[in-house]
Amino acid sequence: MSIQEKNQLLRFTTAGSVDDGKSTLIGRLLYDSKSIFEDQIEAVKSSSEKKGFDYVDLSLLTDGLKSEREQGITIDVAYRYFATPKRKFIIADTPGHTQYTRNMVTGASTANLAIILVDARKGLLEQTYRHSFIASLLKIPHVVVCVNKMDLVDYSEDVYNKIVADYEAFASKLDIKDVQFVPISALNGDNVVDRSENMPWYEGSTLLYHLEHVHIASDFNHIDCRFPVQMVIRPHTLEFQDFRGYAGRIDGGIFKPGDEVKVLPSGFTSKIKSIELNGETIAEAYAPMSVTMTLEDEIDISRGDMIVRPNNQPKSEQDLEVMVCWMNQKSLQNRTKLIVKHTTKECQAMVKDIQYKVDVNTLHRIEDIQEIGMNDIARVSIRTASPIFFDSYGKNRQTGSIILIDPNSNETVGAGMII
Amino acid sequence: MGQYYLSHLKELEAEAIFIIREVVSQFEKPALLFSGGKDSIVLAHLAKKAFYPAKIPFPLIHIDTGHNFPETLEFRDELVEELGVQLVVGSVQESIDKGRVREETGVNASRNALQTVTLLDTLEDLKIDAAMGGARRDEEKARAKERFFSHRDEFGQWDPKNQRPELWNLFNGRKHHGEHFRIFPISNWTEMDVWQYIKEENIALPSLYFSHERECIVRDEVILAKSEYLPLKEGEEIQKLIVRYRTCGDMPITGAVLSNADTLELIIEEVATTRTTERGTRADDKRGETAMEDRKKAGYF
Repeated sequence: MSIQEKNQLLRFTTAGSVDDGKSTLIGRLLYDSKSIFEDQIEAVKSSSEKKGFDYVDLSLLTDGLKSEREQGITIDVAYRYFATPKRKFIIADTPGHTQYTRNMVTGASTANLAIILVDARKGLLEQTYRHSFIASLLKIPHVVVCVNKMDLVDYSEDVYNKIVADYEAFASKLDIKDVQFVPISALNGDNVVDRSENMPWYEGSTLLYHLEHVHIASDFNHIDCRFPVQMVIRPHTLEFQDFRGYAGRIDGGIFKPGDEVKVLPSGFTSKIKSIELNGETIAEAYAPMSVTMTLEDEIDISRGDMIVRPNNQPKSEQDLEVMVCWMNQKSLQNRTKLIVKHTTKECQAMVKDIQYKVDVNTLHRIEDIQEIGMNDIARVSIRTASPIFFDSYGKNRQTGSIILIDPNSNETVGAGMII
Repeated sequence: MGQYYLSHLKELEAEAIFIIREVVSQFEKPALLFSGGKDSIVLAHLAKKAFYPAKIPFPLIHIDTGHNFPETLEFRDELVEELGVQLVVGSVQESIDKGRVREETGVNASRNALQTVTLLDTLEDLKIDAAMGGARRDEEKARAKERFFSHRDEFGQWDPKNQRPELWNLFNGRKHHGEHFRIFPISNWTEMDVWQYIKEENIALPSLYFSHERECIVRDEVILAKSEYLPLKEGEEIQKLIVRYRTCGDMPITGAVLSNADTLELIIEEVATTRTTERGTRADDKRGETAMEDRKKAGYF
């Protein structure tokens, strides 16, 4: 119990289609970590019986919406939670069919780790390439390839080794820092939580052991100081008459009282007087902490400004090169007007050029295109009405990401990673 | 270099505070829906931390069904006093008196569903454009698909198939006139996280959550508190039991659990070993497989 309070949080995505055993794997993790409750199991059992199944359909645990249960499909990203004595986990479970890209990008945007399932009988498929490409595009720091259904290939080491070799050859074309492989049978539980006796040749760790121990403390950028100001706190009370605090969440680097800072876009410099939360002082503030900062000098600062170090500044430009995942029925074309939301700043923007779109199954570039549609991923040039203070997405997932909003419908229509 | 990472509770806290601050920055008239339950108490605590040393810059709204536990109301008034925050009470009894809703009849009658009308009327009267609530995704399957920023149309309805994608920590609160948002800053917390946080932050709770002796009626395997709002069926008897509550809803529909846990440590131990969900004691969720989704679509909490 006391260990639990110091636990880290690991967010991971699972991607796959109905028949590669994804639901079974999630069910197995939840069940073996005792995160499924009796009344949930009872409800799923009775629903399975009603549908005439002779097995307990664990996908009914995650498919919560009426139309999903009727159609037997997952429409949306479902979030599941479980904990072990070592860590807390948030699973973003994304569906494998239509609107697939949109949902996986959504789930991947906040993930530390992606689980990619490969059916041992089938080897690498188009969807394996698609999942891996999105994991690499969204810069998920860790990928675990689970070679599932090992029980159906007689737990063969050769089959496993061939899949590993194929995947490594393919992954060399992608930008994934950390790839691990685990041979499993989600159905029987081999190497999921407990070590498999059926695969003595496998010397690596079980899936759960890996999830519990993978090093995630450096998944945030602790080098380049970035503090986007969310709002200004002015109490206007006798006791705190002159208090002027800048509230926000650290997006990068380590801030300390006494540090010299520069405020963008004004360019004024000052020193950090205090960093606090709820009146308690904080000696060092780093991502993803929410804090309130005060400065030595009175400077005009408002929402959308960014506090950085004078000797380490983000880029400040109006022309952005962005990998966009388009998420709306209405297509994106040249000169489409949008609202860009970046950290705590919003501004108008226009599409200048669609350079190419990526075939997510083959990674080929398709050039000379006039528009992109739902679930397309494309490289796009965007011009904003005022400068944005950004880093490349590869350097900082927070200051390198934008969402695109349709100014008429107000819907979120795209996600962008700044190159 | 030191260890630059947060515990899971600190990370969840940072996320929730970020969202509460986004709400105040992006909306004109936010409010916090306060039920008197532990989740909304934690939410009020997070709001206090988010704006300190300034006061919480939005009112708490309590939808009073008239069937509350007296302990809840007492606690609510003390908390409001301590935080120095405005409290608005929307009364279901008034909605009934005005003829806006019709009271259910029969032995299992409940005012749970009626709350939606009172809630939407109250939000409209106050012109609230962002109503924060303490709902969590781990509570119920329809809630597992809820966004942090959940868009509601001009009728207050939720359209689960047409939700805005939510990426990174970029939250889109743009809306047309007459629409509003429901916002769930502790979406990613589990029941265990809430209890551990209450302990770590030493947050006061209504006495209902701790083990106590109470006069009860056992109906359909649910332990209900004896109250004037709960007519007895034939053959039902009042028994004295040692119980506590895992959630805090209306008196006639919220089930208690048999428990000796009278400290936070014991409650956390109990939560860690319990084999049913906390809403498993809620009669309102047992009105069909998608009872929660149906109510949420109509504008429920």
